[in-house]
Order: sequence, then structure tokens, then C-alpha cells
Amino acid sequence: MANKIALSKFQLDALVEVGNIGMGHAANSLSKMLSRKVQMTVPYINFLPVERLTDMFGNVEALVAGVYLEISGDARGKVLLLFPRDSALALADLIMSREVGSTTILSQIDQSALMEVGNILIGSYLTALNDFTGLKLRQSVPKLAFDMIGAVMDFLIIEISSVAEEALVIETQLQEPSNKIKGYVIFLFDPGSPELILKALGVDK
Amino acid sequence: MEEPITVRIATLKVVSDPAVLVCRGLGSCVGVALWEKGSGIAGMAHILLPSEEFSLKKDNPEKFADKAIELMIDQMVKIGAIKSKITAKIAGGARMFISAGPSERVHVGERNVQAVKHKLEDLNIPILAEDVGGTRGRTMEFETASGKVKIFLADQTMKIL
Repeated sequence: MANKIALSKFQLDALVEVGNIGMGHAANSLSKMLSRKVQMTVPYINFLPVERLTDMFGNVEALVAGVYLEISGDARGKVLLLFPRDSALALADLIMSREVGSTTILSQIDQSALMEVGNILIGSYLTALNDFTGLKLRQSVPKLAFDMIGAVMDFLIIEISSVAEEALVIETQLQEPSNKIKGYVIFLFDPGSPELILKALGVDK
Repeated sequence: MEEPITVRIATLKVVSDPAVLVCRGLGSCVGVALWEKGSGIAGMAHILLPSEEFSLKKDNPEKFADKAIELMIDQMVKIGAIKSKITAKIAGGARMFISAGPSERVHVGERNVQAVKHKLEDLNIPILAEDVGGTRGRTMEFETASGKVKIFLADQTMKIL
């Protein structure tokens, strides 16, 4: 089993394109939920050594809201959505129809709302992936943590270490123009899954 | 006071001169602070996994509880620490994401804590203080001049071990 994968430029482009379309769907869902335009970009897609995942973020002590869920079915993986503290609070304000900036602590309902955002984003991404590849993918119930970014991420590194040396990371930013909400989506596909997706896309050679 | 030296994930650091060593943003990872009071020689490791069997990639011993602790002690003894006088303080091993349903198999954080404790016990190194488990991330700061360990949580609260 290959746990270290060299992708051609062409294959990487294909994955980026799927990422773009999937995230486009996800952004649409979120736009509907918030009744305002949300944009998403796929600025970064690559394989990273698992131990260096937290290096993507400069300050591992920065506060984030993390929504975590697992993907199963024809391909397997884990997804972590990260919203920096201020963005998480602003997002909760928007969803709950409060004035942005009025929240300083996430209530239970705010937390549920953020988990729902995670559900919707990942759900629409997986639907897009399914449209493209025919792969059937399910998502687990989301979980939420609000803490330092290093702390929120390290169990992922621990779990992925036993099955892979490198992880396919799709880092996406979502941006809501007036309120500067930023978020990151990190996909960690288990070994074999990226090849499966490439094969389903017809770019495995 | 010296600039703190960050001990990054899956690495360790040993010092002979007074320093502040820090493991930032520990979640399920475990920070291990070793100290030999007489010489002031100290070490800190940012442990990722219990042992090699939990990792596909085995080239870096500093990420495993068993290997990292041994390595740290070897390095400390080499620069003058007395092995039988080394003591430990540990922190981390949290479960950051809690599911509403029944709890899963032994969690990776718990597993790390057990592995660290097991190794320290094997080597007869007493654990003077610990702050492990729970559901919150920690930053662990180790002042090697005094042996004092400070634990900072995300909400800025602090406690001393």
C-alpha cells in the first residue's frame, strides 16, 4: 500500500478542481444559510508529513473553534474545520441573527450552530465529490472543540500516524466580505483514498 | 529571564544552563519535564505517540514516549546529571472532541499518558506532579532553574505544578 504518493501536476490539478467545485457547493449552502454571499477558495492542496501539520499555522496557541467529523464509505478520511476565535463568534452571531460582535462566549446553541455549519459544508462537498466520482461517502455526526489550535489538531496527527506518513491536505478559506469570517477546512484522507478518488476521476495514470 | 525555548511536537530538548522550555498547545500529546535538581540539568519532550508500533514512520525516536524518555535521560546523564536523582512532571493527554454517544475505545490521549507513566515507572523516575486528561488544551512551561512547571489553559488561567 502506498502511503507516500507522488502526484503529477495533472493529478494535483484534478484534485484541486474537485476541491474547487465541492467548496463552491459548500459556499452556496452557507450563503443560503446566512442569506449573504460567502466565497471559498482552495489556496492549498498538497501532501504534508503528518507530524508537520500544525506548522501550517504560525501560532499553535491561537484560539479556534474546531468542528471534526469522519468520512466513511468508498473512501475514508477525517475532516477538521477550523474557525479562528473572532470568526467563530461572528459566524455564530450571523447564524443566530444577532449583531456581529455581540458575542464573546459561545453558548451551547452557538456551538450547535457551528456544528451545523460543519455538517452543511462537508455535506455539500461530499455531494459534489459523489457527483463527480460516483464514490459513496458518508459523514459522521460532528464534534466541536474551542481551544488552542495545536491542542485541537494533535489527536488528528496521532490518529493518522498509524496509517500514513503523509496526509492529503486541502486547505480552504471561506470569506464573508463584510465581516471577514475566515475558516479552514482540512481533509485528511486515509491511505488509498486519494488514489481511489483519482481513479474515479479517470486521472489515475 | 531567558526567551522561552519552544519544544515542538515530536521533538525534545535537553539543557544544562537555566532556561524556560515550553510545550505549546498540548492536546492529546503529552509534555514530559525531567529535572535533576542538584545540577539543574533538565529536559523536555513533546510526546506524540506511545511507541513505534503506533506509527508507520519510525525514523524519529523523539516522538515516542518510550524512546524519547530514554533519549532524554541519556543526554542528561552525558552532560552530568545523576540518573537516580531525576524527577518528572507531566501534562497533557486530553480528549479534545467529546461525542454525545457512548465513549469510544481508549482514547489516544489516555494511551499516551499511560505509556509515559509506564516508562517513567520502569526507570524508577518519580512523577512529582501531573496535570493530565480532561478536555482542554494546555501550554506547559518549564523553568529549569527552579523545576517549576506552569500550566496555561486557553482562557489564560494558570496553575503551578
